[in-house]
Amino acid sequence: MMSPLATLLARGKKAARHAPWPRVAVDADAWTDAAGLLGRGECALLGLWGDGASVHMALLDEAANAVGVLTLACPDGGFPSVGAQHAPAIRLERTIRDLWGLTPRGAPDDRPWLDHGKWDGGAVIPYAFLPVEGEGLHEIAVGPVHAGIIEPGHFRFTVNGETVVRLEQRLGYVHKGVERLMVGKTLDEAAIVAGRLSGDSTVAWQIAFARSAEAALGVEVPGRAHFLRALMAEIERLANHFGDIGAVCNDATYPLLLAECGMLRERTLRAADAAFGHRLMRDRVIPGGVAGDLAPDGGDAIRSLVTFVRERFPRIVEIYDGAASLQDRTVTTGIVRPDLVRRFAAGGHVGRASGRAFDARKAFAFPPYDIVDFDTPLFGEGDVNARLWVRIREVEQSLALVSQILGRLPGGPFFVDLPRKRSGVEGMALVESFRGDCLAWLRIGADGRIERCHLRDPSWFQWPLLEAAIEGDIVADFPLCNKSFNCSYSGHDL
Amino acid sequence: MRSVFLRNLLGGPATEAAPAADDAAMAEVADAMKRSARAALGRSLAIREVDAGSCNGCELEIHALNNPFYDVERFGLKFTASPRHADVLLVTGPVTKNMAEALRRTFDATPDPKWVVALGDCGRDGGCFAGSPAIVGGVGDVIPVDLVVPGCPPRPIDILKGLIALMDGAARA
Ligand code: SF4
Repeated sequence: MMSPLATLLARGKKAARHAPWPRVAVDADAWTDAAGLLGRGECALLGLWGDGASVHMALLDEAANAVGVLTLACPDGGFPSVGAQHAPAIRLERTIRDLWGLTPRGAPDDRPWLDHGKWDGGAVIPYAFLPVEGEGLHEIAVGPVHAGIIEPGHFRFTVNGETVVRLEQRLGYVHKGVERLMVGKTLDEAAIVAGRLSGDSTVAWQIAFARSAEAALGVEVPGRAHFLRALMAEIERLANHFGDIGAVCNDATYPLLLAECGMLRERTLRAADAAFGHRLMRDRVIPGGVAGDLAPDGGDAIRSLVTFVRERFPRIVEIYDGAASLQDRTVTTGIVRPDLVRRFAAGGHVGRASGRAFDARKAFAFPPYDIVDFDTPLFGEGDVNARLWVRIREVEQSLALVSQILGRLPGGPFFVDLPRKRSGVEGMALVESFRGDCLAWLRIGADGRIERCHLRDPSWFQWPLLEAAIEGDIVADFPLCNKSFNCSYSGHDL
Repeated sequence: MRSVFLRNLLGGPATEAAPAADDAAMAEVADAMKRSARAALGRSLAIREVDAGSCNGCELEIHALNNPFYDVERFGLKFTASPRHADVLLVTGPVTKNMAEALRRTFDATPDPKWVVALGDCGRDGGCFAGSPAIVGGVGDVIPVDLVVPGCPPRPIDILKGLIALMDGAARA
């Protein structure tokens, strides 16, 4: 029997040059049926984006690790709302309308999202926050400029005493017009922009972008390039997890652990600098491979980092695990229910803390993840504590991965020239950042330049869950909860 | 936990473990910092960080200034929660159209005398986002800038050096 996704894909006309997964042009009925499939949880939504006068929807059949893209032409400027049947699509549809002027018909929320009325010709109506009524309720408005060194966004808390009754987010403040900016760029130029979608995931995003370009062009990069990319990706994961573990503990008034984790993070960035010539390893991954080889003493720098972390990290974990006052803050705080995580197909630590194991490194194991040995840690409680434990276990896994990758690093070239001027080809990639799966999709035009590129940050499907997580908790737990998610504003705002 | 406290107390500062090149640079910067911050502002400098559209890369390196390797609070550099307590606005990112007003208001809320540092290639001129219709431009296109620290992102040591240069300038003025 065909899977629901396969049945759906069979109803459309297959695009000739879309790799590695199929893309089919469907009619409005099939589109609406796809939304129904999502609503019933028979498929997961990977992405939903505009492309001139059409919309694309990427679907994942989790049981089969199968991916497919549906395309609907919108000659009359609209498409049947997916959000009407599947809530995770709502913000994506609002974005499509803001950026591409296509209207989701029958959408449950017709307010703009990234458009704050500040663009030329943009919406000017004042933004209407959702009404909340009841006795003894009041509102706390925070942002866009926050008190800490973090990205801007607006949070509207409705509280009853100390308890949060509702959080409503308003995002889009750091919208930089990334997708429009990409149009007409060469692949190398566009890769630079992709690496700045969310600075903390620069390696993951540049791998995702490069892989989508390589898929479109039918290019396989040399083994050494694959390994060096993965090496950087795991180092990036380590650095981010150290930063976030420390930050969560600090918000639970444990600055000692912030200091300890800060040292681990700094060591990690210095090893990255020694090995690849940049602390964040930015612009090291390029379409066709990597921009430079591992520095002659880079392997040693990374090995001594691993030794250092293996010595220091267990004691940090021990302190965390043994401190009742810390656990009191993190256990049962900010719970995300497993069904919500499944419905939103939330990846990374947000998904894995609530029982969703999806990991792009496992689901679509490209080299070297197809030969190295690692686990995806899984927890079920869905609270701040569980998200922290996912990070802790992932640190251990990434350390093992780094050692394996270094130990098996193949020789040979680390770059391959890309064929020039293949036009009309489309490629797509899913790559696991520390935060979750990054989706990159692009079409290369006649002159070898980007005709359309879409980058869907994992944060899109995590931000809404943060609203759910804080409900019923106290306001003072929000920073803790927020840091345990650490969604990207820039990655989301595009 | 006690063992970690003891190790940290008896093991000497983390900066000692840093690579030699960085140590020298750090010591030099530390000396310069003491001189200029004292001359300009007595003991301390309060900094309000404003992300006006950054990719968050610059923020990561600003954060690093507070880790035990750099520990800039020992020079009297302190990040404040409100612009009303700030001497310096440290602004990152290309200024997006959606953030321009918030940046202007933050600037207006900062009492005189005040300085503005535009951080990173984006803060300088929009960086790789220059030309996007969704951004205004660099920080200087929205509020007056006293100093630019380029880089993508600038290294923590370069941010520190930039702040010293700013203080030197302020002391002379
Ligand atoms: S200068 Fe670089 S790191 Fe800083 S905001 Fe711009 S792109 Fe990000």
